[in-house]
Amino acid sequence: MLEPSLKIEELAFAYPDGNQALFGVNLVINKGERVALLGPNGAGKTTLVMHLNGIHETTHGKIFVSGQLVDAQDKEGLKKIRSQVGIVFQDPDDQLFMPTVGEDVAFGPYNMGLRGAELEKVVTKALALVGMSEYKDRPPHHLSFGQRRRVAVATVLAMKPEILVLDEPSSNLDPASRRELADILRSLDVTVVMVTHDMPYAYELCERAVILSQGIIVADDKTKNVLTNEKLLKDNRLELPVGFSIN
Amino acid sequence: MVRNINKIEISHTELGHHHGHDVGERLYLHRHSIVHSLPPHVKIVAAFMFLFVVISTSITQWQLFIFYFSLILLTLTVAKIPIKLAATRSLIEIPFVLFAVLMPFFGTGEQFSIGPVDLYRAGLLAGLSIVGKGTIGVLIAIILSTSTTAREILRGLEKLKLPQLMVQIASFMLRYVNVVTDEMERMRVARASRGFEATGIKHWKILATAAAALFIRSYERGERVHLAMLSRGYDGVLPHEEVTKVSVKIWIKALTLPFLALLAHLLMIVWK
Amino acid sequence: MHIPDGFIDLPTSGIFAAASAAGIALSLKGAKKSLDEKSAPLAGLTATFIFAVQMLNFPVAAGTSGHLLGGALAAVLVGPYAATLALSVVLLMQSFLFADGGLSALGLNIFNMAFIGVWVGYGFFLLIRKLLPKTKSSITIAASIAGLLSVPAAATGFVLQYAIGGTATFSVQTVLAAMVGTHVLIGIGEAIITGLAVGAVMASRSDLVYGWRGNSSLLEIRKSI
Repeated sequence: MLEPSLKIEELAFAYPDGNQALFGVNLVINKGERVALLGPNGAGKTTLVMHLNGIHETTHGKIFVSGQLVDAQDKEGLKKIRSQVGIVFQDPDDQLFMPTVGEDVAFGPYNMGLRGAELEKVVTKALALVGMSEYKDRPPHHLSFGQRRRVAVATVLAMKPEILVLDEPSSNLDPASRRELADILRSLDVTVVMVTHDMPYAYELCERAVILSQGIIVADDKTKNVLTNEKLLKDNRLELPVGFSIN
Repeated sequence: MVRNINKIEISHTELGHHHGHDVGERLYLHRHSIVHSLPPHVKIVAAFMFLFVVISTSITQWQLFIFYFSLILLTLTVAKIPIKLAATRSLIEIPFVLFAVLMPFFGTGEQFSIGPVDLYRAGLLAGLSIVGKGTIGVLIAIILSTSTTAREILRGLEKLKLPQLMVQIASFMLRYVNVVTDEMERMRVARASRGFEATGIKHWKILATAAAALFIRSYERGERVHLAMLSRGYDGVLPHEEVTKVSVKIWIKALTLPFLALLAHLLMIVWK
Repeated sequence: MHIPDGFIDLPTSGIFAAASAAGIALSLKGAKKSLDEKSAPLAGLTATFIFAVQMLNFPVAAGTSGHLLGGALAAVLVGPYAATLALSVVLLMQSFLFADGGLSALGLNIFNMAFIGVWVGYGFFLLIRKLLPKTKSSITIAASIAGLLSVPAAATGFVLQYAIGGTATFSVQTVLAAMVGTHVLIGIGEAIITGLAVGAVMASRSDLVYGWRGNSSLLEIRKSI
């Protein structure tokens, strides 16, 4: 039997300042699925994401990526997990920390041990996937926001991840950039977890949606069912945009 | 510490608050010249050697200072850097020039008078020395930062054995200085749009709160950048470029300037 | 206070450059221990913050304004090792990119502002924190006094360098009186702003403040909300 891409068992977490953000999350995501992770502000979505590749150490509960336990103490295992779980952060400025686009895309594969022509090939391919090939030598702050977001996706794709995790991928994008990114995501052959407030985007890209609220999963169903359940949405401070309907 | 208003304005205009220009690039003037094409670490070594020769020259050998200044003018011309630009950027040394200007009026020892003013000879010489050497130092740094991008300078320093962690700190600073100053500018605009203008000590609390907010934002960004780095397998080392050997010819080219200065200095000693 | 080239003679500049190099080496060791692998991006953004905050003008009176030095502030917020490194990088970049502070005077400037400013500030912070009760406002007060004293301390470093290798003709006593006198005044500004800034960080993210470490509590498991 194929191991699920991601399996989370009773995950709980509190920040060092004492604020508890997660109160026992359970979730299984199978290979090739595209899942929307919905929830109001402060529900713990970003906190959950930070656990997926061991950035926040699992203090209670367990996470498995392709059957392998995420264990912050196991440095070698963690390195492998981090190449398998590609996180695209909300603010591309956080993700693009190297002086040029090309160097930034190369950062991950370099840490995985690639060098020379092989590294070059991976970088070229990742930039081509997001349509940013001609920007390779540009500093990130010379790009538009939408372009930076695409490069951020490329930095993660260059690591050939098992799961692509996107934190608010459509935020601050103009309609055309939003469309282009959707096309890119649809063209990829990976498991996708998409944290978002953008309901139409979730509906368009993900067949399944889960709602995280006050630190636990309160709904897990077909995106269509979740988005048509008015009471569920209302209880969790979620709303469809005015004029948008699903039939 | 206390800066006069002039100086602040200079650093503000130089930094700018426009998207699409980082600090290094705004200072950097893109030209094709021998000076631009020299490897950065070679340029830094040449700059320091020239400075050492200048600083160890006594101001009483004023002919040498004329020679040094001509060498700098020559370099500015070769590097295609407008004199006006170099002059504007040198305004940064004004506070110390003011200090030096006072010196001939206070002091001890031999006095002489020009018209109605009495001046101290030692004070005058020391003042001239400080202004002369300081100006050359400033001009050298300006030639360096105008003909070399900030990143290249950093790469040069890395090659000259600046510790890795320092190089990393500096490269993060170059990457994020615009992001942070933009945040600072947005906070200022937000204050100004609600009618706030800092005019005196009574407004310090608001400015200090802004500084605190800026720290929290910077620190949190640092954390997020760190998370983004960890997510892509960072374990303490940034990728760096392969080391390329610099030919003797290039070294000779770069060291012409300090060599000429040194030669003139030595000749002067012999001649005396 | 950024010393230019030729203000202090070469041998003295050399001695302080060596001292600065040694101090940076020690700080690198210390920072690795206290910050782990986080050190580079966090110290980098701290340096960026210090650089930016030094451009923030605090109006004093008619046309004059001061700005923060930031040594004590950085030490209290991120710890003395990271603070030393951040301030050293800021000074390095200021001299190389803006010609602010002579290249040959870099060792002198780093010694005064990145060492004396940070460590004297941090030393007084620890001392006063010990004397006061363990409360959040004590941290603010201690940081404030640390800011106050760090500035004239850095100025004293300058006077020391001047006494050893100054090229100007003012007597050391005159320079001492002038520098320390004015810098006590500047220190008052530094004290108020450092205190207010640390207080504001304590109010919203006390867990970030190096000089104040909070406690974590037990986790609670929910089945529904």
